[in-house]
Amino acid sequence: MDYIRIERNTKIKKGVAGTVRMILLVLWAIIVLFPFYWMILTSLKGYGAYNSEYIPKLYVTSPTFENYRDAFSAVPLGRYFLNTAIFTVITTAVMLVVITLAAFAFARLEFKGRNFVFVIFLSLMMIPTELVVITNFVTITNWNMRNSFQGLILPSITSVFYIYLLKENFEQVPDTLYYAAKVDGTSDFKYLCKVLIPISKPTLVTVTILKVIECWNSYVWPRLITDDQAYFLVSNGIQEIRENGFGRENIPAMMAAVVVISAPLIVIFLIFRKQIMAGVLRGGTKG
Amino acid sequence: MVYPLVDVFVYSFEEGYNFASQSFFGTGLYNYSYVLHDPYFLQAVKNTFIIVIITVPMSTLIALGISLLLSQITKLRSAFQTIYFLPYVTNTLAVGLVFMILFKKTAYTDGMINLLINAFGGASVDFIDGPYWAKMTVMCIYTVWVVMPFKILILTSALSSVNPDYYSAARVDGTRPWRIFYRITLPMISPMIFYLVITGFIGAFKAYSDEVALFGTDLNAAGMNTIVGYVYDMLYGDSGGYPSFASAAAIILFMIVLTITVINLMISDRE
Repeated sequence: MDYIRIERNTKIKKGVAGTVRMILLVLWAIIVLFPFYWMILTSLKGYGAYNSEYIPKLYVTSPTFENYRDAFSAVPLGRYFLNTAIFTVITTAVMLVVITLAAFAFARLEFKGRNFVFVIFLSLMMIPTELVVITNFVTITNWNMRNSFQGLILPSITSVFYIYLLKENFEQVPDTLYYAAKVDGTSDFKYLCKVLIPISKPTLVTVTILKVIECWNSYVWPRLITDDQAYFLVSNGIQEIRENGFGRENIPAMMAAVVVISAPLIVIFLIFRKQIMAGVLRGGTKG
Repeated sequence: MVYPLVDVFVYSFEEGYNFASQSFFGTGLYNYSYVLHDPYFLQAVKNTFIIVIITVPMSTLIALGISLLLSQITKLRSAFQTIYFLPYVTNTLAVGLVFMILFKKTAYTDGMINLLINAFGGASVDFIDGPYWAKMTVMCIYTVWVVMPFKILILTSALSSVNPDYYSAARVDGTRPWRIFYRITLPMISPMIFYLVITGFIGAFKAYSDEVALFGTDLNAAGMNTIVGYVYDMLYGDSGGYPSFASAAAIILFMIVLTITVINLMISDRE
């Protein structure tokens, strides 16, 4: 008798604990998802409909895509979008080349003072970005590169941390492989392309993903270096839209712009979910 | 290589540095004294400290709670993890606008959050253009929302790497859940918690774009500027063109962050 009661009590206790757990988790999921839901919802409401709802409705009866048309025609959202895409692709591509070559030099090439240079390199990570930004700003301004893609891209084509990550990876490849390749008369460059890069592919993918996210969301540097709308990236674009946007407080159109800006990364995230989360776990910051 | 650091250090002592001619007319501590007497800078320091003190413990605790809950379920776990990670990949400026609209009170509507508050019997507040503490509340909520994905990710992975044998052994001994948490889980993941606290402090001290997202680029007018915001405003923008003041402020920020990090490291060493 007693035994049955104890078992039943435990079962109830477990059930209650499980339900509470689920409720809390769902609650947080709602907190996370609600802003996304809200921006899509609002972007589908008409201008008049939105402003006449004193108590905003949680659903939309007659969805309209007019806001998306407005977002592209009334403000140069397409331009911002294109700029950001160009900026992201070029920066990521150039950075991959730079860090691969640098990591190869530190991992494989023998030159005087290699370790010393690398230690100095690593100590660079301690310098806060704000200080670097000030120097970069003065340099780029003096080179007359404001409002140009070179000015936007140049400061972010290298990353000490990624070089470090990649160098560690390269060093795990046994020396014998390198010597074997040398005996066969393979050049350093060919060895790098045919052996090291394929072996380090996971790290390179991680770095690429993190860099793309960083580029797409970068705000501070583009804001400092561009004041010509023709070179605005999406972050600056959305800020511009917010401040002098559509000539009137057109919140639905603003939300349409927000959806357009957020969509690419969310799609990429949903496709490469596992790689992105593993990548951030390995080398992410923010927060 | 250490050029940026030295360079900024030099700028911060050059008085009246002029961009166009690259000349200055003296060296000394004037820049520091100017910055330290600037009411906007003092406001920025105050805001930054409030954000740090509120958001770092809060986000770490909530993240710990959520990760613990996550580690106890198997069904739907990866779905939850995916959802929780979403804010990490979104543009903070874009989503900040959504938060602004949810909290803002306009002529047309009180805003979603105010209606919720009304439903529970409270009075509407304008969170975006209203009183200081209302603005600070939104600021902290948004900051926590933004930093959460990273913390949950790190803590869930730390929790799943704890050897399950410990838990089995504790269960055999009939240890109470709270004691298991306090004696096994917490010590096992404490390095990761310290890591999150340290990076959290550093990140929160550098808060800037979240503020812009909520209150617009003119943060001084909104009274919501941060130290980093002050540095960039001094550098460029409507009030800009003063790299010396910007450098002095940046050096002060660097000193603060360095001090806090060293204190953190000392505490974590002692533990």
